Amino acid sequence: MKARSKRLVFVALAIGGVGVAAAMAITALQSNISYYFSPSQVLADEAPADRVFRVGGLVEEGSIERQSDGLTSVFSVTDNAERVLISYTGILPDLFGAGQGVVARGRLGSDGVFYAEEVLAKHDESYMPPEVADSLKTAQAEDVSSMVDGQ
Amino acid sequence: MIPELGHFALILALGLALVQSALPLAGSLTGNRTWMATARPLAYGQFLFLAISFACLVQIFLTDDFSVVYAAGNSNTLLPGVYKVSAVWGAHEGSLLLWAFFLGAWAASVAAFSRSLPVAMVARTLAVLGMVSVGFLLFMLLTSNPFDRIFPPPPDGRDLNPLLQDPGLAIHPPMLYMGYVGFSVAFAFAIAALIGGKLDAAWARWSRPWTTVAWAFLTVGIALGSWWAYYELGWGGWWFWDPVENASLMPWIAGTALIHSLAVTEKRGAFKSWTVLLAITAFSLSLLGTFLVRSGVLTSVHAFATDPTRGVFILAFLGVVIGGSLALYAWRAPAVSSGGRFTLVSRESFLLANNLLLILLTALVLLGTLAPLIYEALGLGKISVGFPWFNKMFLAVTPFIALTLGIGVVSRWKQDDGARLVRQLRIALGLSLGVLLVSLLPVFSGGRLWVPVGLALAAWILLSHLTSLYERLRHKANPGAMLADFLGHSRSYYGMLLAHLGVAAFIVGLTMLASFEVERDLRMAPGDSVEVAGLRFEFEGTRPARGANYSAERGRVLVFDGERQITELAPEKRTYFASAQTMTEAAIDAGLLRDIYVSLGEPLEDGAWSLRIYYKPYVRWIWLGALLMACGGVLAITDRRYRTATRRVGVPATAVPARA
Repeated sequence: MKARSKRLVFVALAIGGVGVAAAMAITALQSNISYYFSPSQVLADEAPADRVFRVGGLVEEGSIERQSDGLTSVFSVTDNAERVLISYTGILPDLFGAGQGVVARGRLGSDGVFYAEEVLAKHDESYMPPEVADSLKTAQAEDVSSMVDGQ
Repeated sequence: MIPELGHFALILALGLALVQSALPLAGSLTGNRTWMATARPLAYGQFLFLAISFACLVQIFLTDDFSVVYAAGNSNTLLPGVYKVSAVWGAHEGSLLLWAFFLGAWAASVAAFSRSLPVAMVARTLAVLGMVSVGFLLFMLLTSNPFDRIFPPPPDGRDLNPLLQDPGLAIHPPMLYMGYVGFSVAFAFAIAALIGGKLDAAWARWSRPWTTVAWAFLTVGIALGSWWAYYELGWGGWWFWDPVENASLMPWIAGTALIHSLAVTEKRGAFKSWTVLLAITAFSLSLLGTFLVRSGVLTSVHAFATDPTRGVFILAFLGVVIGGSLALYAWRAPAVSSGGRFTLVSRESFLLANNLLLILLTALVLLGTLAPLIYEALGLGKISVGFPWFNKMFLAVTPFIALTLGIGVVSRWKQDDGARLVRQLRIALGLSLGVLLVSLLPVFSGGRLWVPVGLALAAWILLSHLTSLYERLRHKANPGAMLADFLGHSRSYYGMLLAHLGVAAFIVGLTMLASFEVERDLRMAPGDSVEVAGLRFEFEGTRPARGANYSAERGRVLVFDGERQITELAPEKRTYFASAQTMTEAAIDAGLLRDIYVSLGEPLEDGAWSLRIYYKPYVRWIWLGALLMACGGVLAITDRRYRTATRRVGVPATAVPARA
């Protein structure tokens, strides 16, 4: 085979391969991403009812309760505007605690409780997940603007 | 005094780096030998000042000088001495200094071990390393100076994050950085060759040992990080597809592609432009990794508390490096002659195929890692990509890598014959299919499809490499010649063999672990016992315990196989005095074929605890595989021909024998 046609074969194979791979990867990605919603957005019914998504905020003081099985905990997270009850069965991370920023991934039940499959708290205590920091800021800004509107 | 000394040394290093990046390069372009000759002393000088600066920071930590903000934030008088040293690179500023120090060390070793290289090549390479160094030193001095003072000094430091107080993590960052920074040498060689317009086999031969060393360091660094996460985070995972893990994996995969592509360039003179692109890619991905870790744009378990100006600086630096080197590439690469020709069935083709697969994998990991940023930039909302996606992508690509790996190793350079390959590989193929069929039986696979696939792929790699070894030694006249071959003449071949066996071991570990691990989270009161994976676990409750800088609850769990007690495990829940942070210390009974992993969750009422009891078959094989790969890399660079090559300058490419 001539060098030129050989190279063409290679290029064609490479482009075809990359195209197929990209299409498959992106299709798969669509079904594997989970969106993030703040408690305010969840309360405003912006979050999907039938899909896995993430919700985050600060764990409210005194809201952590343990069920009798010893493994299920229920607590509420807040963006300082609204709160969402989260139920999680399993062992919570070491840094989980009242006042900590956490992100939970799971589904919203019809009872309005968020059933988490995974709860993340950060390693570094001075570190807050960017999503949580953002939603706290947003909630605060809306608070301020509603005060202004009220006057 | 010491902090000022360190700071001053850092500024002097920057000054030298500025000169190093300009003068030798200008000399190499104008033919001024005196200017070119300044490259080596400048590199040594820069290394000296970086070493002084680093030593100052270590001294600050050892003497608990909390008037330095960085020490106050990351150390504590109670911290054991070893961890005071490792705390130096426990956070942002210090790890950057470590990075710069390593960069200086790599540049100094290039200066020292390049006696036989053309002086212009050395001058250009060191100049490029000087530029990289300028970027990092400026970054450090402008945004993250580790020697900043605070007044009044706090009475005691805030302590090193307890998770980092661990021997594994004390050496994980240095290893990782040696790898990251090492790729800058490959990058510098490539850029220097582009500037000189001379990409040839000699260039590839100089580059190869450096790249392989960097790659071996990175391999060990990643494996250590994974091992640390496994035993220290307390939940027994070994890879989370976390952005920061991906940030180290991407340069590793690109680097893997690079060392293979360099092999082709050295032996056959082909793939020159591709090799240069890979060198640029590997280094850019290392920088991207830094950006992701330092800027805090992604939610990651590793993210440090962050500062947006840092992100902007690194992004700008990244832009300059990628933009600049690609522009240079576009300008100079067309002049590069296309090298050795080869046919469709040849070792070159299989290496190229593997290279493309590796780059595809890199691109996929990059896509998944950056997808949250892309979505946010496009206003599509805040997303995270779940690890099932990464797993799927990994599983979609790696089997093909394993398949071509087996064919590539027995194929011939330049031109081979499909029928010959089939003939040579038929035994390996038959036996691998046998493994596939046998492990397909429900007794072995438990109905899991990946078990036969994974085991057959591992067998395929093993058997095809044994075939290659057999073919190699078959023609040796006597055992003496075999031994000589084994011991000296072709270490790079045996290095390759060892590294590829590492791939097989990794596949076995991954397959068995993913298919047969058992994880149970449960509530246990003292005296309770539970059966997991055929073993009986008896929880005897916890007692208080004390360490140097923490207090703990220490549990006692007895493990029985039938009536025989296998082991006694003592997992801990620690509370560190300085930070009041709690931490889970898992207890592991390690073995080649299985780990038993127990960690304490939370205390419940009446002395009961929530416990994690995990059974992890073959988990060690994952790190064993990585270790074999790294050892293979190290073995390969001890090959005699690199040493003779450094003595004889400018070996013509055609003089290289066609078969490795």
